[in-house]
Amino acid sequence: MQDTRTSSVLSSLVAAMLSGRIRVIDLTQTLTPEFPQIALPPEMGQCWPFRIEEVSAYDERGPGWYWNNFSCGEHTGTHFDAPIHWISGRDLPNNAVDTIPAKHFVAPACVIDCAAQSTANPDYLLTVADIEAFEAQHGRIPAGAWVLMRTDWSKRQDPEAYQNFDETGQHTPGPSAEAAQFLVEQRGVLGFGSEAIGTDAGQGYHLRPPYPCHYYMHGAGRYGLQCLCNLDQLPPTGAVLICPPLKIQKGSGSPLRVLALVESAA
Amino acid sequence: MTMPLMRPKRKNPVLRTRQMNLPPGARGRVALNLTAAAAEGRFELQVCQDCAAVQYPPREACHRCLSARLQWRAQSGEGTLLGITTLHHSNDPFFRERLPWRLGLVQLDAGPSLIVHLHGEVGDAPTPVRVGARLDRAGQAVLIGFPKQGTEHMADDKMLREMSCDPKFRKVLVTDGKTAVGQAIVQALVKAGADIVWVGHAEPWKKLPGFDDLARLPQVTMVPLDLSNARSVTELAGEIGGKVDIVINNAEVHRAHGIASRRGTDVAKAEMDINYFGLLRLAQEFGPALKGRSADGEIGATAWVNLLSVYALSNYPSHGTFSASKAAAHSLAQCLRAEMRPAGIRVVNVFPGPIDDEWNQNLPPPKVAPATLASAIVKALRDGIEDVYPGDVAQEWLERWRENPKVLERELAAGGG
Repeated sequence: MQDTRTSSVLSSLVAAMLSGRIRVIDLTQTLTPEFPQIALPPEMGQCWPFRIEEVSAYDERGPGWYWNNFSCGEHTGTHFDAPIHWISGRDLPNNAVDTIPAKHFVAPACVIDCAAQSTANPDYLLTVADIEAFEAQHGRIPAGAWVLMRTDWSKRQDPEAYQNFDETGQHTPGPSAEAAQFLVEQRGVLGFGSEAIGTDAGQGYHLRPPYPCHYYMHGAGRYGLQCLCNLDQLPPTGAVLICPPLKIQKGSGSPLRVLALVESAA
Repeated sequence: MTMPLMRPKRKNPVLRTRQMNLPPGARGRVALNLTAAAAEGRFELQVCQDCAAVQYPPREACHRCLSARLQWRAQSGEGTLLGITTLHHSNDPFFRERLPWRLGLVQLDAGPSLIVHLHGEVGDAPTPVRVGARLDRAGQAVLIGFPKQGTEHMADDKMLREMSCDPKFRKVLVTDGKTAVGQAIVQALVKAGADIVWVGHAEPWKKLPGFDDLARLPQVTMVPLDLSNARSVTELAGEIGGKVDIVINNAEVHRAHGIASRRGTDVAKAEMDINYFGLLRLAQEFGPALKGRSADGEIGATAWVNLLSVYALSNYPSHGTFSASKAAAHSLAQCLRAEMRPAGIRVVNVFPGPIDDEWNQNLPPPKVAPATLASAIVKALRDGIEDVYPGDVAQEWLERWRENPKVLERELAAGGG
C-alpha cells in the first residue's frame, strides 16, 4: 500500500491549512431570533423565524446540563435552496436536500463584486454585462462553480436596514432575469449566492418571469445560497465552498454553515 | 369636592418597597354572586321571587318568607345615608395602613340597610346616596356609598382609588402598537393621563400605517417586543419590568379559518403561539415584578389587561382556530388572575365582538371600532371592572351564552352570528 502521509492531495490540503496557507472563512450569519425572515403577504403561509427556548441551564429543569430547543423554517437565516423549492424544479430528479449528490456541496466559487452599485442603488440588478466584465478580468466562469453576488448587504446589521421595506415592498439587490438565465444556460453554474434575504432581488416579483433566479436556477436543477456574509473576504476566483444542507427528507432547503477555503497569495 | 390627584413624588429608593396587605377576602358561596356582578360593573342583590323582598346580606333563603327562590337582580342603589363612622384604628393590616377610613350605614329605597365605604364627597347624614358595588384589592365585591351628584375629579377619591386601576400618572406597557386597536389603546391611555406608554414593536422592518404618528407622542416609547420570541420578552421585562404598573396585552394573530378551510397547522400554530403562549411568556416574565410593586405608593402596579374575544366563550366555526386560541388564552387568564390575586393585581379580561379590522373585513356590521374598544378598556380600569364585553355582538352573545351555551353552539354551527 502506498504511503499517503506526505504525498496525497488531501494531506497537502491539511498541511496547507495547518500552515495557514489555506484559511477557512465563515460565510454564515448567526442564527438569532432577531435575524429577519422572509416576509410574504400575511394571508399566505409564512416561513418560521428562528426561535429558541431553554430546556435547562444547570437548574431544577436539568441540574448538570445546558441545552435549548429551537425552531425555524427551511429557509431561515443563511440557507440553501434546493431545486424542489421552486415549481420550475418540482419534477427534476435528485431535487431535494436529501437526494442532491453530496459532491455538489463542495465546489469552487466566483465572486462578482457589485458592492458599489448596490450601495448606490438598493434595487441593483446584476447584468450580463457585469458578468462579461468579470470574465474579461478573471477568466471564464467554469461550469459547476457557484456564482456569488457580493453587495456588502450583509453589513447592514440593523434588521430594518437589512430588510429595507417601504410601502412598495422590499428593496434589495439581485440578478436580472437575463443574468440568471445566462449563468444557467451559457455557463452551467452550480448555483447562485447572495447576501440579502433571497437570491432574487427584493422587487424580483415584478421581473419577467417573477423571481427569475429561483425560476431559472431551480428549473435547471441548480441551487441557491442566501443571507451569506463575509463575501468581501473572498477572492474573485479560487475559493472553494463547503455548504452541505441538513439531510431533511424531501427538504426544500435548510439553514446551514457555509465555509469557504481560501488560499493565500504567498 | 375631590381634589385632583397630583403627580406623586418619585419614590425614595432607600426605603423598602411597601408590600400588599389585602383587605379581608373570604366570602361564602352565595355572597360570591355579589362579586360576580361587580366584576362586570353591576350592583346586584337577591330578590325573592315569591314575596319580592330585596335582601342583604346574601342568604340561602328569603329573610321574610323563607322562600329559596331568590334571584340576583340589578339595583339602582338609591338610598339614604343614616350615619357615618370614621375609623381611626383597625386591627386589619389593610385598613390600618389606610386610616382614617369612613364607613356609613345606608338604608336602600329598595329596603335593606347596609354598611358601605364612603366616598369623600358624601356629606353628613342624613343625605341621599347611591350605593354601588366595586371590586376591592382582594378582588371581592364591596359596597360603596357615592354622592348623588359627583364632581369632576371624584374618581381621584383616596378610598375609590384603592378599588380602581386608573391609568392616570401610571406607566403602561401595550404589547402591540402596530394594529389599529393597539394604536387606539395607546391614544386612549395618553388621553387618560398615563405617564409613560411603552409600545411593543415586533418585526421592525414591517412598515404599518399610523405607527410613526404614535411614536411622535411625548408619552410614548417604542420598545422591541415579539411575544413569539421568549428572549425578546425576557429582555424587555429585564429593562422595564420593574417600572410597569399596567400591562395591556393586545398582541394577537387572527386568521379566518376553521379546520377544513386551511391545510396544515401553521396558521393555527401562529395564532396559538401569540394568543396563548405569548400570554404565558409575558406573564412569566412581567408577572413577578408587577406583583412585587402592587402597593408601591399611590400609583403602584395595579392591573393586567388581556385582549381576548367573545369567541373564547363559544367557537365561531368560520374563525374556528382563532376561537380555540382565545379559549385557551381565556383559561390561562383565569390562572393568571388566581396567581395575581394574592398581590392585589387585577386581571381584566376583554371579550370584544368582531373588531372593525382587516381580518373581519367580510363580516357585516356591527363591528367594534378600535377607539370604542380602547375606551372600554380605559373605563374598565377606572371603574375596577374585571370582565368586559365591548360591542353589541359581544353583549348579545354573552346573553345567549348565559341563557344556554348549547343553544348558542348549535346556532353558531348553523352559521348564525
